[in-house]
Amino acid sequence: MNLFLNGEATEAPDGATLAEFLRQLAMPEKGVAVERNREIVPKSLYGTTRLAHGDRIEIVQFVGGG
Amino acid sequence: MPDTSVPDQDRLIIAGKAYTSRLIVGTGKYASYAQNAEAAEAAGAEIVTVALRRVNVADKGSERLVDHLDPKRFTYLPNTAGCYTADEAVRTLRLAREAGGWNLVKLEVLADQKTLYPDMSETLVAAKALIADGFDVMVYCSDDPVYARKLEDAGCCAIMPLGSLIGSGLGVQNPVNIRLIVEQCKVPVIVDAGVGTASDAAIAMELGVDGVLMNTAIAAAKDPVRMARAMKHAVIAGREAYLAGRMPKKRYADPSSPLGGMI
Repeated sequence: MNLFLNGEATEAPDGATLAEFLRQLAMPEKGVAVERNREIVPKSLYGTTRLAHGDRIEIVQFVGGG
Repeated sequence: MPDTSVPDQDRLIIAGKAYTSRLIVGTGKYASYAQNAEAAEAAGAEIVTVALRRVNVADKGSERLVDHLDPKRFTYLPNTAGCYTADEAVRTLRLAREAGGWNLVKLEVLADQKTLYPDMSETLVAAKALIADGFDVMVYCSDDPVYARKLEDAGCCAIMPLGSLIGSGLGVQNPVNIRLIVEQCKVPVIVDAGVGTASDAAIAMELGVDGVLMNTAIAAAKDPVRMARAMKHAVIAGREAYLAGRMPKKRYADPSSPLGGMI
């Protein structure tokens, strides 16, 4: 299926959970936050959240800033 | 490690937590995260501001802030830099809470890119929404005592008026307003933005503010680590001078040596 990750088009296997998608990206779960279609997904729900075609996923972390 | 140059009983208390250092530093604009960490150390800072941005998915091997500044050692204060509406700011800080797990945040809602002046009506809307959602909100604001009061009444845990524009290094441009805010405020007042050099930080502290927050003054100095150390001393000096109570100003000389016993 096609989805958007941080504004860029990308693909994930049909029926993939968010946890599987993050593993595919080799993304550490610690220190990041994930939004799916503008709703925050709590870490406890990564394993049960199934992604859908067209989802807009944002993954953010802390960076230097004033 | 406790700083022995600060009197034991003089602590900055924000949202129920006590801090020895009254200097909060940013983590932007440094040559590297390593230099950033060294400067934060030299400043004696216990709180550092951080921004929240998209992970670079293509380059996950790049250095991470948390590898240099340990969030267990420094209190991370997530900001909303770059947000121009209350909605954007609230969205950003909810994500920050999810990423880090802490409720203490720095709210700033900007009005335009040229001045980065805070949009106070949007700021107040965002502050109320965040406080209702359980956040402890330290708020960047104009030096308008009326809005400062509204933000305090809304429940903000620190009021942070600008000394002058973000990144300008112009010092405290309106000491009278800063003092008005200090006198009316029951929560800590922290001058946020505008400090250029050590004397600016000391002047802010001598006005009776509870702390100073700065980024560019340190990061853009020729020797950031040395400037960080200078700022640490300036904030302590200003605080001590404020608590000591300055001598009255006089228009004419007053000799320091005795007048009697002259030959």
